[in-house]
Formats: sequence, structure tokens, C-alpha cells
Amino acid sequence: MIRYIGKRLLMMVPVLLGVIVIVFTIMYLTPGDPARMMLGAGAPASAVEELRETLGLNDSYFVQLLRYIKNVVFRFDLGQSYASNKPVINEILERFPKTILLATLSVTISVIVGISMGIISATKQYSIFDKIATSIALLGVSMPTFWAGLMAVIIFSVHLRWLPASGSYGWEYWILPSLTLGLSSSATIMRMTRSSLLEVIRQDYIRTARAKGQNERVVIIYHALKNAMIPVITVIGMRFGALLGGSVLIESVFAISGLGKFIIDSISMRDNPVVQGGVLLLALSFSICNLLVDILYGFLDPRIKSQYSISRKRGWRRNAQAQ
Amino acid sequence: MLKRNKKTKKGFWHDAWYRLRKNKSAMFALFILGLLVICAIFADYIAPYPYSLQDYNHTFEFPSRKHLLGTDNFGRDILSRIIHGSRISLLVGFSSITTAIIFGGLLGAVSGFYGGKVDNALMRAMDILMAIPGMLLAISLAAALKPGLTNLVIAIAIADIPGYARVVRAAVLTIKEQEYIEASQCIGASDGRIIFKHILPNCLAPIIVQATLGMAGAILSASALSFLGLGIQPPTPEWGSMLSSARQYIRSYWHMTAFPGLAIMITIFALNILGDGLRDALDPRLKN
Amino acid sequence: MDNVIEIKDLSIQYATDEGIVKAVNHLNLQLARGETLGLVGETGAGKTTTALGIMGLIPDPPGVITGGEILFEGTDLLKLSKQRLRAIRGNKISMIFQDPMTSLNPVVTVGDQIAESIRIHEKLSRAEAALKAKDMLELVGIPGDRYGEYPHQFSGGMKQRVIIAIALSCNPEVILADEPTTALDVTIQAQVLDLISKLKKEKNTSMILITHDLGVVVEICDKVAIMYAGEIVEYGSLEQIYDQTAHPYTKGLFGSIPDIEAKTSRLKPIPGLMPDPSNLPEGCSFEPRCERSCQLCKEENPPLIEIGNGHFVKCHNYGKVGEGEDV
Repeated sequence: MIRYIGKRLLMMVPVLLGVIVIVFTIMYLTPGDPARMMLGAGAPASAVEELRETLGLNDSYFVQLLRYIKNVVFRFDLGQSYASNKPVINEILERFPKTILLATLSVTISVIVGISMGIISATKQYSIFDKIATSIALLGVSMPTFWAGLMAVIIFSVHLRWLPASGSYGWEYWILPSLTLGLSSSATIMRMTRSSLLEVIRQDYIRTARAKGQNERVVIIYHALKNAMIPVITVIGMRFGALLGGSVLIESVFAISGLGKFIIDSISMRDNPVVQGGVLLLALSFSICNLLVDILYGFLDPRIKSQYSISRKRGWRRNAQAQ
Repeated sequence: MLKRNKKTKKGFWHDAWYRLRKNKSAMFALFILGLLVICAIFADYIAPYPYSLQDYNHTFEFPSRKHLLGTDNFGRDILSRIIHGSRISLLVGFSSITTAIIFGGLLGAVSGFYGGKVDNALMRAMDILMAIPGMLLAISLAAALKPGLTNLVIAIAIADIPGYARVVRAAVLTIKEQEYIEASQCIGASDGRIIFKHILPNCLAPIIVQATLGMAGAILSASALSFLGLGIQPPTPEWGSMLSSARQYIRSYWHMTAFPGLAIMITIFALNILGDGLRDALDPRLKN
Repeated sequence: MDNVIEIKDLSIQYATDEGIVKAVNHLNLQLARGETLGLVGETGAGKTTTALGIMGLIPDPPGVITGGEILFEGTDLLKLSKQRLRAIRGNKISMIFQDPMTSLNPVVTVGDQIAESIRIHEKLSRAEAALKAKDMLELVGIPGDRYGEYPHQFSGGMKQRVIIAIALSCNPEVILADEPTTALDVTIQAQVLDLISKLKKEKNTSMILITHDLGVVVEICDKVAIMYAGEIVEYGSLEQIYDQTAHPYTKGLFGSIPDIEAKTSRLKPIPGLMPDPSNLPEGCSFEPRCERSCQLCKEENPPLIEIGNGHFVKCHNYGKVGEGEDV
């Protein structure tokens, strides 16, 4: 298992290097002169030119790219923010906890709601509950999250006055954003859980469990769910990526000063180092999350785990002997 | 051999269409999408007012008989703007998905067909693109390109390419093992001919399903980017940018926010239902 | 002799898109204590459905038991509450399934799957159940220290042994073995069959062996029931069925087996296919394929009649001209 994790970590390295190249290139191609942006429209051309030279903006693409990679890889240096002149790494790490908190809250909500609704729906297939739940889930999948956030503000903040509409100054500020994000992605998880469980329930080994005289609840929870979870885990991992992307929008809607909103604000200010660093950090978290999903796979599915341990070889030899 | 293959294929599509027709919700979705397309094409005739007509005596009006969905901060009729907005949403959705399918499909087909080093290199490249959450990639691309319709399409398409490449690659890998591919290799057909004549047509079913669901995603992304000010800019009527301008009036005028979003939701809802229906119709084994 | 299982007039149907499939029709069957009954028939004859009916595991929907009784030691299983039925299932009556590849849960260790069955029916601690499960593994010829391994680490024959261990773990009165060797290699088939009949004899268990292989029947069965289109067409002791074959279908089955010693150079397969169970003929269900069909056969479904000591046949033509002709 440890070898497997090590291998997966090694595989992440070229992918992340590739991400750095892509993000850097995108930002390199972005129009607009950061030096001009920093000094303002009234600054003399000579001062702008001087700043460009200091920032290294006059170097060729490859020189800049290599310098960037070198700084990131060896010194965790993401450069200086053009807007605040502070190191980008400090700026984004300062805002990252809020994004992580939002993502974690939403994933928790979506997993709890999505999986439990999916189980009820699958075990009571074709019932009224199932029909209503699947329709709501389909609506949830179809709703733009940022619009759902806006409508939640209209209903719960403006009209009912139950919860604050924007900011992040206390726990009550997190309710609307995390519910919006969480419930909207629970729809996907619910649909996946339902269809996966329906598939598993038809399998022969479920019949074997019933033939032992096991009661239906244990059959579902102990036998069916563990098998059904395997594809659901994949979806949860993918949702986490979507949540990191979606948090950009939700943070904008609810004015939460997290990393996502910081990236958007920096885009409009042409603060390229911040955008690069921010996207990189989010891509890194996404990769780590995918790694966790893969490890979780190993725990759920012994067939995967045994590919990386020796017990499989032993098992084979034993089989050969027994026959 | 070829003739018989064609014949069974016609039967396949015929059966699929028959199954789809029996699916009431899919037919309803198709009906809604048809209405949307009609709205988009004949927007000038259907919309009660020109979409840019400003009426400073009637700004921020709530829905009434005169303005069914109310008016906005410039006194423009929201219904008319939504009807015109369907043009851009459908256009962006359709063209970005088509672009993504063409490039992604080609990459996937080449990757799956040749395998080996080509496959490895292309798939690692796709892994890199997929390591960046799709929305974030689209946002960065949209920021790098100038705002506008074409660039919006490009940004969304690039973010979608890896998904299609994978679907097509998987389909190609399955089809490649079939005997008729071996047969055409035996009679000396060129690789290009095999890919275009045999493999791609047989990947069509999963592509159609993915494209329908993907178009929903593309319309969502387009509206999200416009909402962030990175896509279609005001005053062009687009659902996302309408929401963007409605935001500052959210405390007093809910109708400005509610209706454009509802339009997005209905469109995507219909595409999702149709996508589910198509999947059931094209691959009946998958049905629960 | 007392009957452990007595099935009276059992009918089971499946509701499908294409119509109602009558899988089992007015079936009568007895299983005496300690006896092995071979339930023989083609694929689709309703053998598995009958077994699942006894277990109370007919998938519902689409399956429905539309009538009849299944008496186990005198109590009607169909009238029991779900809870009472669960206490019998896996404990007094257990089933060995056809396909060992898919019948074990891939994410649970084989030991736990055996122990689970024990813990459901016996008040044992986790450790005690595990110990007993290990004994069961040894009993079916698998080293006990493989308790913690997963199904994918076992071969097909070993998996079937595990399934047998699960079925036998609570010392059942009755075992329903549903083609337990069909999915296995021929050499493994013999091993598994030997194992089943050995364990059965040791514990004096009754068994219904479902199979389409008459060779297997000869080896381990005492009684034989021939099933066709959801009905029993002939029932009797092994000797009666083999030596005094009475039903044309049974004769046809024997005619389809290659016999090394026979002088005939050709097999005599039964012409045609089994009738569509959603559209059974009005008269005898075998009539369309029967070479001796008559007008009565077309109009009226024959009853099951006793023609000798415990030998039953369901045919209008039994005892008429041509009886005793060689197969």
C-alpha cells in the first residue's frame, strides 16, 4: 500500500509540472501590461520600461518560464503580487483556509445528503419518494450554483432575514454558501449512489447474503453499500474539483474573501502572479484529493489493494497447490 | 459485409429512436428544446419588444401584463432579452461542444487507435489538463483571451477536450478489438480510412450522449463566465451577464435575478433529461 | 418415511414487459429426510425458480407466488412472517448457488462471509464464530489460515467450496444445490460433487440437486424428478426413472446422451424447443415436441398419475399401445 501511495505521489510530479507550464503560458498570453497597470495610466513610459526590466518581463518566454519553475519548485516562491508587492505565497495561503472550509463543509453536506437520499431512493425504487427525490436531484443538477446562491440570498436574507447575505465574519455566514454548494452537488452524488446501488442489489452475492437469512438492512449496509461506494467515491472526488472551481463563483456571490474570489479580483487587476499561484494551489489540492480517492479505493476494494501487496502471489501459489 | 453492417446500423438507430419516443420525459425535453431553438431563430419576431429598447419611465418594473417578466434598470423588457439571450446560450453551447468533440474526438481516436507512445503522451497531456478543475481552467483561459463570443467558445471548448478524448479513446479501444476492423486491415484499408469509416461512426452513440450532457455543462459554464464578467459583456443580452447586472439590485428587485436564471435552469434541465433518455435509448442494457 | 419438504400445487409467475411468464405451474414434490432428489430439466424449465421459491427469495417484483403451499416439517413457509422465514433460511434450509464467480461478495473476506451466516443463527461471539468458520473452511478442504483472504484470491473450485461451507455452516436440514458444478472445470466438478455427497451423508442432510446432467444424477441421487415447462412430468426412484422410463420427454433426454456402449451411431435429440413460458399451450406442454401426441394431448393437460410404487408420470399415453418400446 505504501509503495502504491509512493508511486502515485511520483506520478503527480510531472502532472503538476505540466500544470505549472500551462498556467504560466495562459497568463503569459494574457493581454495588458502589468507594469503599466501597477504604475497607472499617467506614469511616464521610461518608468514603466524600468519596472518591466526589474520584473523580468522583457525576458523571452522560456527564460521567464524556467525562472518561474525554478522558483516554485526549489523555493516555493510564487513571486510577488503586482498589486500589494507582498509574496504571493503569503497572500494566497492567508485566504486559502476559507476556501478549504467552504469546500469541506459543502463536501460533507453533499456526501451526507447525497448518499442517504441515494440509498433510500434505490431501496424504494419506483416509490413516490424515489420519484420525487430523483426529480429534485435532476433539478439540482440543472441549477447554476451561483444562481442558486443568488436566489438563496433573495429568499433567506432579503425576504425572510434569517441569515446574512455576504461576508465571512462568523459561523452564520457560512450556512448559506455551504448549503448552496453542498446541496447542489449532493444531487450528482445522489444520482450516482442510486444507480450504483441498484446495480449492486441485482448481483448474485446479494442473493447469497439474503439466503443466509440476513436481514435486509444489514444486506444493504454491509454487503451492498461497500460495493456500491466504489464508483460513488470517484464522483465525490470529481465533485471536490468542481467544488474548488465552483467556490470561485460562490465566494464571489457571497463576498467571502477566500482564494477563489481573490483569483477573480486579481484577474481583473492583471495581477498575474496571484492568478498563477492561486490556480496552481487549487490544482494541487485537487490532485491531492484525487490521490486520497485512489487510496480510499484500495481500502474499499481488496482487488485493487492486493495488486500492490505480496499476499496475492501467496494466494496464487496456494491455489495451485490445493488443486 | 459493409452493406450488412450498414443495414444493422440503420436498425440500431431506428430502434433507438423508437425507444426514445416511448420515453415521455425525453420527448417533453425535446419539445422544450425545440421551442428554445424556435425562440433563438425567430427571436426578432417572437420577442414583444426590441431587446435594447430603453424606457426610462418604466425602469425596475415588476412583472405585469405589459411586461410579462418585468423590466430592468434601463427599462428594457426582460422577457425580450431572455428570448434573445437563448440565441447566444444555444450558440455558445453548441459551438463549444462541437469544437471540443472535433478536437477531443480526434485526439481520443488517434490515441486509442495507435496506442503505445502516442497514446501515452496524449493521455498524460490530458491528465495535466484534467488536473486543473474545469471551471478554473475556463476562467483562466477566458481571462487570457479577450472577452467575446468566439473566445468564450474557445475557453469552454479547451476545458472540455480531455473529457471527450477519454470517452472516444475508451470507445475506440473497445471497437478496435472487433473483428471487422481486423477484416478491413486485412484488405489493406488505410489507417485514416479505418478511423473515419469504421471507428468514429461506431463511437457515435457514446459521443451523442456525452455531447447532450456536455452542452448542458457548456451553457452553465458560459453563463458562469459571463456572470463573472469574463464572457459576454453587457449590453448584449446573455443570461449570465443579465444575472451579473441584476446582482446589484438583488435587495429590491428579485425578478431581475429570478427569470434569467430560470431560463438557464430550464434549458439545462431539458438537456439533462434528453441526455438521460438518449443514454437509455442508445444503450438499453444500462437502464435500471 | 417423513417428508422434510412437501410442495403442493405451487405456481410462480414473473410479470415482464412481454407478458406474464409462468415459470412454475401447479408443481407437486416431496423430499424425504436424508434423501437426495435430483431435479432435472432443460434451462428455463423452472428448476431454479422452484428452489428460490422454497428459500423465499423470488425477486419481487417481478416474481409472484400465485398459489400453493411449501411445507417444511409441516409448516407452510409461504405463510410465515419475514422474520420467521429468515430464521429458517440459511439455518434449516440453505442453498448452494450456480455461479461461484459471482456469488461471493468481492469486498468481504471469505472467512467473514462464513462467520456471518453462523452469527445470524447461533448466539456466538465474533471470535467463536470465526473459529467455527475456520473449522468449516477446513471441512471443505481449504486451510483455515486463508480465513482473511478475499474471493478474488481463490479459484472457481475453491470459491464453490467456500459457498458450500456457507451453506453447511449451520447444519441445515435441507440443502438446495442449484447446478453446483456447472460453472466448474470437469476435474473440479467431480471433486466438488464428492465433497457435497460426503458431507451430506455425514450429517444426514436432505438435498435437492438441481441439474441438467443425468450423469450427475446417477451418481448421487435417490429420487429423480423430471421438470418440463414448470411442471413435473415424471417422478420416481432412480431405478424407476432409468429402467422404467415412462414419459416421452424423459426418454428423449436419455436419447440425447451419447452412450459409448450403445451400437447406435446417432443421438436422438428431442426436436423443437421448450414452449414460450409466457404463452404455454392449452393441453400438454410437451405436446408440440412429442412424437406420440394425440388429439387429447392438444386439448387437455394430463394429470400426474401414479403408475407404480412411488413412480409418477404426467402423460395421457402411458399404458397405451406402444408401451415398453425401447429408447
